[in-house]
Amino acid sequence: MLQVCSVKKSFKGRTVFSNLDLFVEQGRFHVMIGPSGCGKSTLLDGLTGVFPLDEGSLLWKGKSLEDLRHHAAYMQQKDLLLPWFSLLENALLPARTSGQDMKTAKETAGRLFERLGLKGYESHYARQVSGGMRQRCALVRTLMFNRDLILLDEPLSALDTITRQSLQSLLLLLQTEFKKTILMITHDIEEALSLADEIYLLSTRPMSVSGRYVLTLPKPRSDHDPALTAMKADILKKLEGDLNHEPG
Amino acid sequence: MNRVNLPAAILVVLILGVWEAAVRLLDVPLFILPPPSCIVWTALIRAPLIFPHALVTFSEILMGVGLAVITAIPLAVVMFARPALEKAFSPFLVASQAIPVFALAPLLVVWLGYGMASKVFMAWIIIFFPICVSLLEGFKSCDPEFRILFRLMGASFFNTLTLLYWPWALPRFFAGLKVGVGVAGIGAVIGEWVGAQKGLGFFMIQSNARLRVDLVFAAILWLTAMGLALWRLTGILEKIIIKWK
Ligand SMILES: Nc1ncnc2c1ncn2[C@@H]1O[C@H](COP(=O)(O)OP(=O)(O)O)[C@@H](O)[C@H]1O
Ligand SMILES: [Mg+2]
Repeated sequence: MLQVCSVKKSFKGRTVFSNLDLFVEQGRFHVMIGPSGCGKSTLLDGLTGVFPLDEGSLLWKGKSLEDLRHHAAYMQQKDLLLPWFSLLENALLPARTSGQDMKTAKETAGRLFERLGLKGYESHYARQVSGGMRQRCALVRTLMFNRDLILLDEPLSALDTITRQSLQSLLLLLQTEFKKTILMITHDIEEALSLADEIYLLSTRPMSVSGRYVLTLPKPRSDHDPALTAMKADILKKLEGDLNHEPG
Repeated sequence: MNRVNLPAAILVVLILGVWEAAVRLLDVPLFILPPPSCIVWTALIRAPLIFPHALVTFSEILMGVGLAVITAIPLAVVMFARPALEKAFSPFLVASQAIPVFALAPLLVVWLGYGMASKVFMAWIIIFFPICVSLLEGFKSCDPEFRILFRLMGASFFNTLTLLYWPWALPRFFAGLKVGVGVAGIGAVIGEWVGAQKGLGFFMIQSNARLRVDLVFAAILWLTAMGLALWRLTGILEKIIIKWK
């Protein structure tokens, strides 16, 4: 579906990543995992055209593309809900700004609110609800982009453990029920192991792919599966090795 | 906001008390400095005399504020959308603040006449700047992450302006507007001093000429009350409009 070929980005001479390749396959759940500050958000920003990439190319369904602005929905690290709109109005923003039929959009959003457990909170302001609900609302808004590919930047990192677990199952819904292709960033290994079909392990300075894991276990998964435990140990070892090599 | 500002209240009572006592003990003549009690009394019993003038000044202030708002908003938007225009306009905006309005007042009366127009224009000159600049600053203070979100949604400038920048800038806009309604009276009164047949400024000049210092102070009291009332009103309007805070 998407092929990212040897992209590069540097800020003021400091290379965040170069020669980076990624393959995103239709319908699969991809997770990128790496230490914080290694450049994961920068990669997604570059892919979606927040700023231009220095080098490299993107192939979208066989066609060359400048960026994914019109093909992917990008959920940034913060929920970015507008305080002057209700949750429903926030979720409807993509429909409103792209001139979709508002009646259909409202029905769709209403159904998503119900499915993601936000029913009854449509007219609440963001500050009136919990962090988990804000994040679910941001998720609805992301779905309202109506795009096949969804890019998620640490969607659960700001949440407490209990909320995270209930939201993990909702993220899975994106794939199973809404048939989305997902590329998600996290720095939580267990989260990656429980959700991913494919894990890209990223190393730091400059960021590069230091490992690629394919997971075929059916979801939802148990933490205690020996295959996962082994994989976790391997990832941890690589991450530690990476950090030890860091200069300074 | 409904609680009384106690330190300020004590200070006011203290100042008025010293004033009252000093005037009475030193036997200052009424036409030099009347005591506060006399000013308040005059302002109240002379209300039928002062009210028509106050109404004129109040209308001038309101029209000046209205004019400033409906001109400052488009200019702020244009300067925000086109930084080149901001560069072009900002020296004029700054200059408009550097010109002493006193110097302009006689000219405006010549150009616009003795009626309300010259006073409205004076008020406009004074308050246009704080409103326009604070709105522009409000637009500019918008969090870049939200701008990115709107760009990713493919939103037009108009959509981004109405759904993001405008509500984002509203608190700053109201801050500017509050400054504006507070000082608008200065413009109107100066205009009336220079040439008018009505208004509190005109009334003050007349009373002064007749050595009715108590009436001058009464007019100042009315002017202050009007300014405070407008300031409060703006605050209430702000609370109603920015209801998400
Ligand atoms: N606009 C920018 N200008 C300069 N440096 C940047 C900019 N954006 C990100 N960086 C740098 O890129 C590196 C990666 O940041 P980021 O992508 O946010 O990391 P991650 O999301 O993996 O935690 C950081 O060291 C940061 O300092
Ligand atoms: Mg990040």
